[in-house]
Amino acid sequence: MKTIYLDNNATTQVAEEVLDIMMPYFRDLYGNPSSMHTFGGQVGQKIRQAREQVASLLGALPEEIVFTSCGTESDNSAIRSALITRSDKKHIVISRVEHPAIRTLCSHLSTQGYKITELSVDKNGILDLENLEKSMTPDTAIVSLMWGNNETGVIFPVEEAARMAHEKGVLFHTDAVQATGKIPINMKNNIIDMLSISGHKLHAPKGIGVLYVRRGTKFSPFLIGGHQEKERRGGTENTPSIIGLGKACELAARNMEKENTYVKRLRDKLECELLKRITQSRINGDIGNRLPNTTNISFEYVEGEAILLLMNELGICASSGSACTSGSLQPSHVLRAMGVPFTMAHGSIRFSLSVNNTEEEVDFVIEKMPAIIDRLRGMSPFWNAKEQACSKH
Amino acid sequence: MWEYTDKVKEHFLNPHNVGEIENPDGIAEVGSLACGDALKLAFKLDENKRIKDAKFKTFGCASAIASSSALTEIIKGMTVDEALKVSNQDIAQYLGGLPDEKMHCSVMGKQALEKAVENYRGAPALEEGAKIICECFGVTDKEIERAIRENNLSTVEDVTNYTKAGGGCGGCHDAIAQIIDHVKAEPKMDSKPKLTNIQKIRLIEETIEREIRPSLKQDGGDIEIIDIIGNRVIVATRGACATCKASDITLKNFVEYRLKELVSPDITVEEAAK
Repeated sequence: MKTIYLDNNATTQVAEEVLDIMMPYFRDLYGNPSSMHTFGGQVGQKIRQAREQVASLLGALPEEIVFTSCGTESDNSAIRSALITRSDKKHIVISRVEHPAIRTLCSHLSTQGYKITELSVDKNGILDLENLEKSMTPDTAIVSLMWGNNETGVIFPVEEAARMAHEKGVLFHTDAVQATGKIPINMKNNIIDMLSISGHKLHAPKGIGVLYVRRGTKFSPFLIGGHQEKERRGGTENTPSIIGLGKACELAARNMEKENTYVKRLRDKLECELLKRITQSRINGDIGNRLPNTTNISFEYVEGEAILLLMNELGICASSGSACTSGSLQPSHVLRAMGVPFTMAHGSIRFSLSVNNTEEEVDFVIEKMPAIIDRLRGMSPFWNAKEQACSKH
Repeated sequence: MWEYTDKVKEHFLNPHNVGEIENPDGIAEVGSLACGDALKLAFKLDENKRIKDAKFKTFGCASAIASSSALTEIIKGMTVDEALKVSNQDIAQYLGGLPDEKMHCSVMGKQALEKAVENYRGAPALEEGAKIICECFGVTDKEIERAIRENNLSTVEDVTNYTKAGGGCGGCHDAIAQIIDHVKAEPKMDSKPKLTNIQKIRLIEETIEREIRPSLKQDGGDIEIIDIIGNRVIVATRGACATCKASDITLKNFVEYRLKELVSPDITVEEAAK
């Protein structure tokens, strides 16, 4: 059975060019870039090149790029650094829809004497900047808001938010794990202090991330050890993955337009056709202000995990914000923050595309989804009741 | 991804007895859309008062649908009294087991069955004296107590996995903890069936393995069964326990106490001669 992979916000396939460029650094060029000999030193040169490639995608300086092990490490490093370098301040501002890498960290910090403000979003997942303005106090160390939401794709005005934070003398971090490579980012045009990236969301391997730290920003390392990354992150460099991520960033820059034309068109076709063919369905998240590859659709009266498993039978991969998929009893915190009714949230499916998806794949999903939803609605005690109620009108 | 058994997958992909029954003898609905799962169950009896047909409609995840399918298969051919003896454990067992976090799906089956029988008998819908503990998911104290007893639950998290109670706002966690304490404090001897010798020996071994050894090991000690003669359990202490002056007290106040509580009140524990 062919796999139709529409779960690219969870992870992506490593691009062939990325894998090719990495292989020699496992097999032959395994030297440690910190070594004095040429055998290791030549790898150091490649890392320098990768750093330039990452910087180029972000419009950053190479020295502002710190390689980490993943997006979560980058997020943790950013927040903890802010709390250490501004040790007199005990307040953090985030939003209710942040990734667990930020939310769970902050709820942990709240047990250690820090105060957390979670900004709310409206029913379309949009942030009210006025609330941000009001939330900051002289005690605020850092504001951290994600650039693009992983579940809905909704984009936050982080550049504007960073300006507001700076006006109050507050540091600003953004989790750009989903946004990077999908929408243009140019750090020359904003004053964001720190930004997190994860390699495996943009066709690099898992286990590699980046924390951008603007030049001049005081920084305290999370991993303390050797002098690697200019003493901002101890630990021997993950050389193959760093070199792979450099290549992936180069590819992302090249594919940026395709993301916003080809991928966006496929996404729009998928969501339009599904909404047309399946009654009682709706999109979660602001339609006009989203990452080009993501759509989050709720199918009322059915449950997300059951939908996913029936899709799985056909080789279609996606995600759900339903309670049952997470093991918790409540649906996704993002959908709840948006006030999506429980009846809709339980039946939410996230499709996230990439440049690797084809028109045929999207057509296949469009053709198969209505039967899946019908089958589950046929089993649902609410579906008939609802139809009967409608026919009585 | 959940580790579902093949049996769960089979009953999810091809559920048995989906649908409704015209003029059912008993019918009930439990759960709600907001909860994330709901089950509507109906049955019809034959002339011998046995369940001739059972049908369901379920909103929920794969394990909820599979549990409903399993339940309807299990109760067909049973009398109403026999059906009432089907526990959530039986449903889970029929499916080759369910992940812990999904046990509440089997509990939902059990609840639907009880309500459908109440509907058949014309009994009151809410158990007498029951009061809602978890407002988010509408779970009563009686339901929580029963889940604790039948599944030997000991933490609030367990109770949430089995009944959903406490899975919403969390405001009832203290109340659930109190119910756990209260149920655990109940004397259990009366309900215990008489054991054969073999069963008793096995139960003693299991109890030591599960309830006693882990605590002793935490303190660097251990225990070994040397012999079981009638109700006398002869043990040897090992590790830190062997040299501990308080080990007599541990044997009487902990080991013997637990065995009396969980196996039989007649048990005594003695230490083997060193």
